[in-house]
Amino acid sequence: MINTHEILETIKMIREEHLDIRTITMGISLLDCAGGSTERACEKVYDKITKYAENLVKTGENIEGQYGIPIINKRISVTPIALIAGACDSDDCLPFAKVLDRAAATTGVNFIGGYSALVQKGFARGDLNLINSIPEALASTERVCSSVGAATTKAGINMDAVKMLGEAVKKTAELSADDGSMGCAKFVVFANPAEDNPFMAGAFHGVGEGDCVINVGVSGPGVVKTALEQVRGADFQTVSETIKKTAFKITRMGQLVAQEASRRLNVPFGIVDLSLAPTPEIGDSVAYILEEMGLEKCGTHGTTAALALLNDAVKKGGVMASSFVGGLSGAFIPVSEDAGMIAAAECGALTIDKLEAMTCVCSVGLDMIAVPGDTPAETISAIMADELAIGVINQKTTAVRIIPAAGKKVGDTVEFGGLLGSAPVMPVHKFSSADFIARGGHIPAPIHSLKN
Amino acid sequence: MRAIVTVMGTDKTGIIASVSQALADFDINILDINQTIMQNIFTMIMLVDISNIKRELASIAKDLKALGEKLEVQIIIQHEDIFNSMHKI
Repeated sequence: MINTHEILETIKMIREEHLDIRTITMGISLLDCAGGSTERACEKVYDKITKYAENLVKTGENIEGQYGIPIINKRISVTPIALIAGACDSDDCLPFAKVLDRAAATTGVNFIGGYSALVQKGFARGDLNLINSIPEALASTERVCSSVGAATTKAGINMDAVKMLGEAVKKTAELSADDGSMGCAKFVVFANPAEDNPFMAGAFHGVGEGDCVINVGVSGPGVVKTALEQVRGADFQTVSETIKKTAFKITRMGQLVAQEASRRLNVPFGIVDLSLAPTPEIGDSVAYILEEMGLEKCGTHGTTAALALLNDAVKKGGVMASSFVGGLSGAFIPVSEDAGMIAAAECGALTIDKLEAMTCVCSVGLDMIAVPGDTPAETISAIMADELAIGVINQKTTAVRIIPAAGKKVGDTVEFGGLLGSAPVMPVHKFSSADFIARGGHIPAPIHSLKN
Repeated sequence: MRAIVTVMGTDKTGIIASVSQALADFDINILDINQTIMQNIFTMIMLVDISNIKRELASIAKDLKALGEKLEVQIIIQHEDIFNSMHKI
C-alpha cells in the first residue's frame, strides 16, 4: 500500500497549499476553416470548435473528481485568426471575435485564445485588419483573448507593430473604461511566443501543431513556499534542491492529468507547462517564495537573483517528470494576480523598472501591471519595445500585458476580480519616448540569430 | 482499478461503519485499512477496489463528500494513480 505519509502529503498540498492544475487547454487548428466568405468561414469555425471541445469541460470535471485535484480552468486555443481572416473576402475581422466568443460560451470554457497575429517581420492583409480590430474585439466580447507576436530573435522587432499596439492598448483601455479597462487584461504582445502555451491571455495554436492537441498547465507556488519553510537559513544549493523536488512532484501530477485528459477526449497529448502561476489567494504567491528566501520585500536588491534560482530550479525539477515539457515553463510574475506582488508594489518596494529586470530571468514578462490612465501611447509602446528587446537578445519568450487604467492615477487600485485580482496603479517614467517610437521601421535581428 | 479513501476528523462512534456501508453501496471493495489517531484527529486511510463501480468516480466522490459533512469528518476518494505518479518513479 502507498505510504500514509505520502498520501497525507499530497492531500495537504491540495487542501492547504493550493496545489492545482491551472488549466487544461485544447488547441484546435482552424486552418481548414479559412477561405471564401467570412460568414461561411465563421460558421465552419463555430462548428469545428463546438464539435471538438464539446466534452472538454465535462471531462475536466470528471478528472478533477477522479483524482481529487482541482482543475481551475478549461480553455481553448486556436490558430491565429489573422491567418484565417486574411484568407476570407471581407476586411472585417470582428465577426471572428464574435464567433469565438459564442463558441466559448457554448462549450463552457472561460477563455478562448488565438485572436492573434504574428508580425515579427511584417504585416500581411489579415494581420493589419486584425490588429486594427483588437480594441473593439476585446470590448465587445467576454471570453476572447488576443495576442500579437511582434518580435523574435530570428527576425528582430517590428517597431511599426509596436507603435500600433501601444495605441491599440490605449484604445482598448478607453473602450472598457467602465470595467476597470479590463479589455487590456485580455491582450498580450510577445517576443518569441510559444506556440503550445496553455496559459491566457497569450495562448494560441501554432501552425506547426497538429489538428487538435491537449496542453496542460500546472501550478503550485504555495507548495514551493511551504517546502522552503522547512529549510529556512540553509544555503542556496539546498534551496535549489528543495524546489527541484517539489517541482518534480507537481509536474508528475500534471503529466498524469494530461494523459488522462488525452485518453478520455481521444486527442493527442501535447505538453505540460510547469509554470508557477500565482493567484490572489494568500499562500499562492510567487513573491512570497522570493521573500521566504530571505528578502524583506519582493522587489528589493537580490530579487532578480532569487527569481533566477527559482525559475531554473522549477524547470530542472519538472523536465524529468513529463515526457514533453513546453509552453512557458518557469515562474510567472503577474502583479495583480499575486498577493505578495500587490503588497510589494503598494509599499513601493516593487517598481516597473525592477519588474523589467526580473523578466530577464523569469518565464515570461511584464504581466498584469496597471499604469496611470493618462500614460501616453508612445510610453506604452516604449515599455513594449524594452521588453521585446530583452526577449530578442536573450532568446526567450517575453511579453507585456499592461493596463493603462482609464481615469486612474498612481495610488489608485484597479479591481479585476477572480483570478485576475486587483492591481495597484504603478508610476511610469514621465520623460517622453515619443520621438523614438515615431521613427517606426524595424530593429534588425541580433548577430547571434545567425546560427546557420 | 484501485483508489485511496481518506477520512479525517474528530473521532466518534460509527465513522468506520458509515463509511464502509457507503462504499459497499457503491460496489467498492475494501482491500486494506490503516487507522490512527494523530493529535486527536481521527485519520483512516483505506485502499479500495473500484473495478466494479457503475458511475464516474467524480460523482461517487461528491456523494462521499456529502456523507462526510453529515458525519462531520472529511472523506476524500482519489484514484491511486495520483499518489503513484507523485511519489514513485
